[in-house]
Amino acid sequence: MTDRDFDRISGRSTTGHEWDGIKELNTPLPRWWISTFYATIFWAIGYWVVYPAWPLLSSYTNGAFHYSTRASVVNDLAGLETLRGEKMAVLGKASLTEIETDPALLALARARGKTVFADNCAPCHGSGGAGAKGYPNLNDDDWLWGGSLDQIQKTIQFGARSGHAQAHEGQMLAFGRDGILRKDEIATVANYVRSLSGLSTVANFDAAAGARIFADNCAACHGENAKGNQELARRI
Amino acid sequence: MKLAPNKTGPRDDPPIGEDGPLYTAHKKVHPQSVCGTFRTIKWRLMVVCLGIYYLLPFVRWRRGLGAPDQAVLLDFPNRRFYFFFIELWPQELYYFTGLLVLAALALFLMNALGGRIWCGYLCPQTAWTDLFYGVERWVEGDRRDRLRAAARPMTLERAAKRVLKHAVWLMIAWWTGGAWVLYFADAHTLVRDLATFQAPAIAYIWIGILTVTTYLLAGYMREQVCVYMCPWPRIQAALTDEWALNVTYKYDRGEQRCSLKKSFDLRARGEKIGDCIDCNQCVAVCPTGVDIRNGAQLGCIQCGLCIDACDAVMKKIGRKSRLIGYDNDINIRRRVEGKSEVFKPVRPRTIVYASLISVVCATMLYGLLSRTLLDVNVLHDRSPMAVRLSDGSIRNGYTVRVLNKLAFDRVIAIDIDGPPQTSVHVVGVDSVTVERPTIVLARDTTTELRLLVTAPADDTSERSMPVRFRVTDIGLGEVASATDHFVFP
Repeated sequence: MTDRDFDRISGRSTTGHEWDGIKELNTPLPRWWISTFYATIFWAIGYWVVYPAWPLLSSYTNGAFHYSTRASVVNDLAGLETLRGEKMAVLGKASLTEIETDPALLALARARGKTVFADNCAPCHGSGGAGAKGYPNLNDDDWLWGGSLDQIQKTIQFGARSGHAQAHEGQMLAFGRDGILRKDEIATVANYVRSLSGLSTVANFDAAAGARIFADNCAACHGENAKGNQELARRI
Repeated sequence: MKLAPNKTGPRDDPPIGEDGPLYTAHKKVHPQSVCGTFRTIKWRLMVVCLGIYYLLPFVRWRRGLGAPDQAVLLDFPNRRFYFFFIELWPQELYYFTGLLVLAALALFLMNALGGRIWCGYLCPQTAWTDLFYGVERWVEGDRRDRLRAAARPMTLERAAKRVLKHAVWLMIAWWTGGAWVLYFADAHTLVRDLATFQAPAIAYIWIGILTVTTYLLAGYMREQVCVYMCPWPRIQAALTDEWALNVTYKYDRGEQRCSLKKSFDLRARGEKIGDCIDCNQCVAVCPTGVDIRNGAQLGCIQCGLCIDACDAVMKKIGRKSRLIGYDNDINIRRRVEGKSEVFKPVRPRTIVYASLISVVCATMLYGLLSRTLLDVNVLHDRSPMAVRLSDGSIRNGYTVRVLNKLAFDRVIAIDIDGPPQTSVHVVGVDSVTVERPTIVLARDTTTELRLLVTAPADDTSERSMPVRFRVTDIGLGEVASATDHFVFP
């Protein structure tokens, strides 16, 4: 550019750019600004050198620092586990009663128990322990195998019908298959059992006959009032 | 009379090469010392502002046993923010938002009344640059000495002075960074740890960062920050109006400029000669190196030092002072037309800003005064929503968080207003009274409780009833409550 364009009003040179007659005044930046701009470019190149930057065919450039966010997460998690380990060791040594009476231990047990429950129990019993068909609700006061801390611990430790020698066992005879009860007797006693909980039954079934069949066949395990027996049979 | 044209200033075109310049060369500004009203105001404001900044971390405020006794403390690890009698928790961060809104509105109001008051008197960049200029003047002499020295070859004495200047600058910069970190930890402990190299690395890193930025911004960048980096001059220009008072050269009085000697003759001959004798003192004292006589411009931070310089000259030559002063174009035009000056500090713009400030202030004050130190949040169990117990009664589970913002432990009782004849049990807590659980809340923390609320068998057709959890401080009587629902299966 040999003949520079000058703005007549301000007397300043223009960049030569023009939009619909409006020209841009030449307002050069200070040297330090330009230097800073170049410095940031060099800084960016430094980043390529020390940090992972460029994708390759099947991998990427690692960078001089060998930094990886995944490794840093693993590191952090390991640190967390160490931190937890100290606390959990205390919890592991304490007895159930000690945990129950120490508010700090109880809070820790409940917090950790929540994640253990979510990992191990929730798939069958539900995230809040609400239960599902065949899997009991763990929120109510009705415990098949006992609701004291020791009993619950035993249930968790050995399971129910798990095959372990100390596991809870509860088996009901196959009254129909084995010919103990006739089909109509089963229907009658089933209606009787439903009536105990105030559930709907078929019209005019023989309640007295149902009660008699129940007393003869079921009460031995389930109890006279169908309240159950934690060693033998569940409450109906 | 037309506006004085923009002839000189820091943004002049540099010499143009074949292809035009890529950059403007930096012109070093050597401001001259000045005495006067505005210089005095600036010194006093600097002492107050920097004094507060450097010393505030050492001010103590008794809060009770175990609580920090630093008046202003931003405790990030424990997530607590202390301001004298106020202790804020992270969820109360909206007070900071209010403070920022207030700061912005105050900036607008200042601008509407007196132009760039912030830039000229209060901005940290101005305050530290001013302090660094003061050091420079004290070590290397005033403008004339510095200009003369810069034009001559380096001597041993000058080198020694330069080293001294930079040493003092670095000391100030280092202490600026040092004061900064003291706001984030107990000042006394941190000072001792810093001195014995026991402080955390992050403290040294932040001191280093602020030392470098202070040294560079106040020692080297100076007016470049205001001209090129700061967004406020751009916003300010868009926010101002014709009534705002700005540091203005009253060209109606000043033009035609003429030297003092000539002006006597010319005036005697009846020619119209202005009061400006073109002594250039206003330019010499300017910390950003602009010529105020070119009118309002980006580089002018409106610090008022040119007013002091011009007033001193006017007094010496026996002319009326305030040839440069807080004024606006409206009054210049009115004086030219022979009308009296009009100032309108009260106008719709300032009224709106002032009312907004009052509204925000009132809202924040109300928020602070009605702020509770006991709080309760309730979360209903999501699964199962309700449980039927063997005796037919219905039980709902809740997670209850009780916040104790006091600096000491306290005992609370929980009451339930919900379905009739409900009973409540707090898991893991043995209460003195069964009906009304009492719990000890540790000081300055959140206690999470699991509450089981049981209602007798549902004789109602309602599927859900509101239930209110009332938490009462047994000692102080303070009450907090939260409402949720009691659900029937």
